Amino acid sequence: MNRIDEVFSKKKKGVLNIYFTAGYPKINDTLRIARTLEAAGVDIIEIGIPYSDPIADGPTIQDSSQKALDAGMSLKLLMRQLQDLRKHIKIPVILMGYINPVLQYGFTKFCQDCKEVGIDGVILPDLPMQEYAEMYQVTFEEYGIYNIFLMTPQTSEKRVLQINEASKGFIYMVSSASITGAKQEVSQAQIDYFERIQKMNLSVQRLIGFGISNKETFDNACQYASGAIIGSAFINQLNKDDSDEAITSFVGSIINP
Amino acid sequence: MITKENYKVNSKGYYGKFGGAYVPEMLLPNILELQENYLEITSRPSFKKEFDYLLKDYVGRPTPLYLAQRMSEKYQAQIFLKREDLCHTGAHKVNNTIGQILLAKALNKKKIIAETGAGQHGVATATVCALMGMECIIYMGAVDMVRQRPNVERMKILGAEIRAAESGSKTLKDATNEAMRHWINHPTDTHYIIGSVVGPHPYPDLVARFQSVISEEIKYQLNEQIGRDHPDMVIACVGGGSNAAGAFYHYLDRPEVQLIAAEAAGLGIDNKKSAATTFLGTEGVLHGSKTLLMQTADGQVTEPYSISAGLDYPGIGPIHAHLFDSGRAHFCAVTDEEAMHAGIDLSRLEGIIPAIETAHAISALDKIEVKDKVVVINVSGRGDKDLDTYITWGKY
Ligand SMILES: Cc1ncc(COP(=O)(O)O)c(C=O)c1O
Repeated sequence: MNRIDEVFSKKKKGVLNIYFTAGYPKINDTLRIARTLEAAGVDIIEIGIPYSDPIADGPTIQDSSQKALDAGMSLKLLMRQLQDLRKHIKIPVILMGYINPVLQYGFTKFCQDCKEVGIDGVILPDLPMQEYAEMYQVTFEEYGIYNIFLMTPQTSEKRVLQINEASKGFIYMVSSASITGAKQEVSQAQIDYFERIQKMNLSVQRLIGFGISNKETFDNACQYASGAIIGSAFINQLNKDDSDEAITSFVGSIINP
Repeated sequence: MITKENYKVNSKGYYGKFGGAYVPEMLLPNILELQENYLEITSRPSFKKEFDYLLKDYVGRPTPLYLAQRMSEKYQAQIFLKREDLCHTGAHKVNNTIGQILLAKALNKKKIIAETGAGQHGVATATVCALMGMECIIYMGAVDMVRQRPNVERMKILGAEIRAAESGSKTLKDATNEAMRHWINHPTDTHYIIGSVVGPHPYPDLVARFQSVISEEIKYQLNEQIGRDHPDMVIACVGGGSNAAGAFYHYLDRPEVQLIAAEAAGLGIDNKKSAATTFLGTEGVLHGSKTLLMQTADGQVTEPYSISAGLDYPGIGPIHAHLFDSGRAHFCAVTDEEAMHAGIDLSRLEGIIPAIETAHAISALDKIEVKDKVVVINVSGRGDKDLDTYITWGKY
């Protein structure tokens, strides 16, 4: 069973997925941060593949990507860093990135290497469903890598159903019309959207992401989905203090009652 | 055999293997809205009527097709200049912005955003926004804002808000990223006017269609002047490729017409400082379409260089990637130095100071055999905006 499915088969509520950028704050931090997150109780880890032109990302993730690139981070190096991933980490690991670096790496080789190191899923925001279905789906499936799709408040009902149909693992429910970035609160319009989707009774689990930054926003999101994803707020934490203790207490501040 | 639609976009948004719409879900509803409506809206008689009217009475079309006597003598050819430099605002860019603002209105959009490099597209956008009374935000790389100060002020005079793109390399590609991010954050009331035949489908086709007025006019103007509707050769410069797409458009499936695209080689294609995408680029995805782009082996987009800010872009439109890949068009790389000399040449021989982008197309005359040929060069813009660059270069 794909580790993502395993998580959802055991846990229906309060699934915490944390995003961080590979090679940030320091180039060799990738595995350390992943291990610390798992030990702190995170359910899913999402590792960002740094890219020069991340159009869906706000300043926080842009900045971490650029610094990682400047330090010499690359997809090749990331795969090397993850070589022994499964010796250390049991929870699902997802790679998030943009399609261009993946194409240069070689799409088939990418899927092959993901499988080899034990990556469970991939999020490529600029690979929409039509292109996915035409050229990439077969290879993803051949290697058992889940391609995670996004939905937004603007996604039509018809498309939500298509996404549900095409999805495996979970659907990444983007919380508002926005690029990534930590926000302070959840608006009524967002809650209306969460409720609208909740009522559709989709067969695939949903995690809410973008703008989830603390216990309050996390708990709020968890009322409408199986869990939530925290990205920029965690990068902000790393900017302040990236020690294992600080990471552990950040995670604790979200999941501890 | 060459079939009619070979070089135009197919129903899935591709030119051969290039094109498509690689955009995040956040932008997809906007892109789908355009995909589903652009052909219907732009073929409405009322749309066509207003578009044609504005091109004629506001932009000043048709632009002349001028037989350049002294240039023709120099190259022993019949060289015609398509005078897009005489368009209102000084370049072909306005053909597209007129079309897109009418489209935005038909889609009930209230606000306009655009990216700009040299500022020409920004000025053309700010112009049509003033004309239509629409709110206008232009993203421009912080580095370009310094390089192209007069155009920044022109846009401000026209009432546009200029936002500096401070991310990445702070130039055109980053301005494009910022405009896309803005669009993600404002998905319902805003239309994004892309300035070239780049971006996700349907933009490359949309922009090419609006610019196709250039070759539409060339056809009948040539017919009037030499009694046949096609030259042996059309030459245009390629940044993203909109003026070239417009000048090539009605000749794409006419194999008797050679298509010549001039790219900016900057300091030379052997040098890292260049923008000659077909020479130095590889396949990938940039700003929403699969195309040729300049990038590292790791897939990071690299910063191009050209003396001409309008050609200083790391990719080319998917239509041009396909024209290159299929061999339909011939691409040549023109260095800064060659372009500047060609610009002076046109100034001295014909009394026309071209934009430095255009000067690249002029320089192609020295790189290909044109003797005894009927040649049309698309003079995409005038050199007023480039006076500082001419002065700094100084060799005249
Ligand atoms: C006069 C002129 N020509 C050409 C270009 C290049 O754009 P494109 O390749 O889309 O025609 C520009 C862009 O700013 C321009 O101002």
